[in-house]
Amino acid sequence: MATQNSNPRSERGVEDPIIEMRGASVTYDEGESYVLDDVSLDIGRGEIVGIIGESGSGKSMLASSMLDAIPDPGLLTGGIRYNPPDDEPIEILDLDKEGIRELRWEHVSMVFQGAMSSFNPTMKVGEHFVETLKAHDANVEEGMARAHELLEDLYLEPDRILGSYAHELSGGMQQRALIALSLVLEPEMLVMDEPTAALDLLMQRSILRLLEDLQEKYDLTMVFITHDLPLVAALADRMAIMYAFKLVEVGPTRELIEHAAHPYTRKLLNSTPNLDAPLEEMEAIEGDQPAPINVPTGCAFHPRCPLADEQCRSAVPEFFEVAEDHEAACYHWEEAIDQISLNYTDSLGDRAASGGDD
Amino acid sequence: MSSEPPLLELENVEVHFEDKPGLLDFGGETETVRAVDGVSLTLDERDVLSLVGESGCGKTTLGKTAIGLQRPTGGSVKFRGHDIWEVRDGKSDADITWKDIRTSLQIIHQDPGASLNPNRRILSILSEPLNQVNAELSRSEKRERIYALLERVGMNPAADFAERYPHQLSGGEKQRVALSRALLMNPDVILADEAISALDVSLRVEMMDLMHELQNEFNTSFVFISHDLSNARYFTAHAGGQIGVMYLGELAEIGPAEDMISDPRHPYTNVLRWATPDLSLRETGDPPMRKIDIPDPVNPPSGCRFHTRCPEAREACKQETPPNYQAGEQRVACFREDEDHAYWNSPELTDGNLADTGTNTDVGDESGLSD
Repeated sequence: MATQNSNPRSERGVEDPIIEMRGASVTYDEGESYVLDDVSLDIGRGEIVGIIGESGSGKSMLASSMLDAIPDPGLLTGGIRYNPPDDEPIEILDLDKEGIRELRWEHVSMVFQGAMSSFNPTMKVGEHFVETLKAHDANVEEGMARAHELLEDLYLEPDRILGSYAHELSGGMQQRALIALSLVLEPEMLVMDEPTAALDLLMQRSILRLLEDLQEKYDLTMVFITHDLPLVAALADRMAIMYAFKLVEVGPTRELIEHAAHPYTRKLLNSTPNLDAPLEEMEAIEGDQPAPINVPTGCAFHPRCPLADEQCRSAVPEFFEVAEDHEAACYHWEEAIDQISLNYTDSLGDRAASGGDD
Repeated sequence: MSSEPPLLELENVEVHFEDKPGLLDFGGETETVRAVDGVSLTLDERDVLSLVGESGCGKTTLGKTAIGLQRPTGGSVKFRGHDIWEVRDGKSDADITWKDIRTSLQIIHQDPGASLNPNRRILSILSEPLNQVNAELSRSEKRERIYALLERVGMNPAADFAERYPHQLSGGEKQRVALSRALLMNPDVILADEAISALDVSLRVEMMDLMHELQNEFNTSFVFISHDLSNARYFTAHAGGQIGVMYLGELAEIGPAEDMISDPRHPYTNVLRWATPDLSLRETGDPPMRKIDIPDPVNPPSGCRFHTRCPEAREACKQETPPNYQAGEQRVACFREDEDHAYWNSPELTDGNLADTGTNTDVGDESGLSD
């Protein structure tokens, strides 16, 4: 019975994990600075996980770690296991170059912010699809049929898109075309790092809505990385919150929004502009988040936390179980729920009335 | 009350760009991009006006027109009652100069990094505006004023920050420098063009709070451009200002911030509301529109420009441009505000239904009822 989890390797796994990450760390400067610090996280097959963190919290490092794509000279350590549907597990950090290349498009695909820079400006969008298929020895005819269907799924006109150069398309169309491209080799999983951040909100939201449909249609696993918690709240089954290169809280989306337990998560939720909370109750989090070379001892959030005491300053808190599948790395999570009230809870009422449907 | 003219008054403003065909477009004709059409609005002292809409709706062009950075091709922009382009062309006998007007109307951009000279220290960047408007101050007086403002915007210790280069600052700090630079001109209006969009969500409230405080101290009005209705709401409602919703160059609806959120009248305002994420965990459902992509502004649709995507569109919307209707304090360009309009008896437009063009996978949603 795990009420707490002092060993990061023992995160009670999800059923049928597609990714099992254990104690993943990324260091630069020969171990002097951590940009990802001892992160353990399971991604369940077919689920959508939102990874939330501010700029410089390490969230992109977490995403890149899943594909062993850390920029040089960063050093990635720990265990990252990929479980294919009908095959032996693969230890991603043991793969050679060819193995990684295969993994990246055929099993786990990745989409970044800014589609424009992902497309070669001298090639039509369609040629990118053909090249990708050829590079992975896939049948081009079948692949292009899939491309047509994917583009249609994303409410694009396939022939027009494939025959255009990227610059002839709007930002929203480019980003959707890139998502279609990332899925053309039928990967099991899609990792997206701020994929919609450069777009206007209406297009971001429309794309998220389409991702929901794609996930269902193709049984995809999705990891969506963003600083914008409310944006992914409607999409994600679970959310994982990062602060200062560590995970601080993990839980099912609704549980986490209604009963966030880490003081950082609660303050983050209160600081977010939204349409529901009374204006006067939205407030910024005092202070700044730490740089990698200057992470506070103990709980890295302690200098900004109203509940911090001596223990928080000296020892890194382990994860405590808040509710089923919901964990927070805070000694004082019960007081946090008690003392840091959430400013939008009144608006949660209408949701509860409309009945549970998960 | 007073007969003072408003701080800024835009009347029937129109901005059309000639889009020359590219080298490869053989036989192409010059196309006209109708970036802004028929917009009228006013801005008072210490007021806030937010302009919201998706990319390409003309909000930035309208904002730049309002502060004299873009010359309108039709209509007028008046600053304290003086047509600013008449002043510029020397056709006005007003006792105000073009330079006064340009000084009074300032801008901060979305990407402060790009607007700050990378080769100059913050002290030097912030000395520029003082050299322009307070040339009489001594070096040390200027320095003092800059330090005081840096401290005021939360950049402590000021002496340390003043010696840094822009690349040594975080995004939020650069934006504070850009704001400080604008304020040192002692402006009456600051155009904040997506000024907080590049910041993390968690830092936006802090930046907007700071802008509110400085607005009071410096007696400034803001034109706030955003694609995010929740930011516009926060920034505007706090100052008791208005939100204007733009669609393909036109003002679809404008009104007090909280009214626009709680009672959006125009179907497009409702789309923007749908697009604004919240924490209530309601099912989002499909967007309340018939097509995802915005039409080309070169050839905007006839009649109401939103008719190609509007879920409420009827045949009448293709024929005729809706006038502005007053609904409470909101001004709405939609026939639905007129109970006697022919709209109500004309057939619905149903082409391009989002849910029909795709592959029907979304039918299984538990709460798939989109009404």
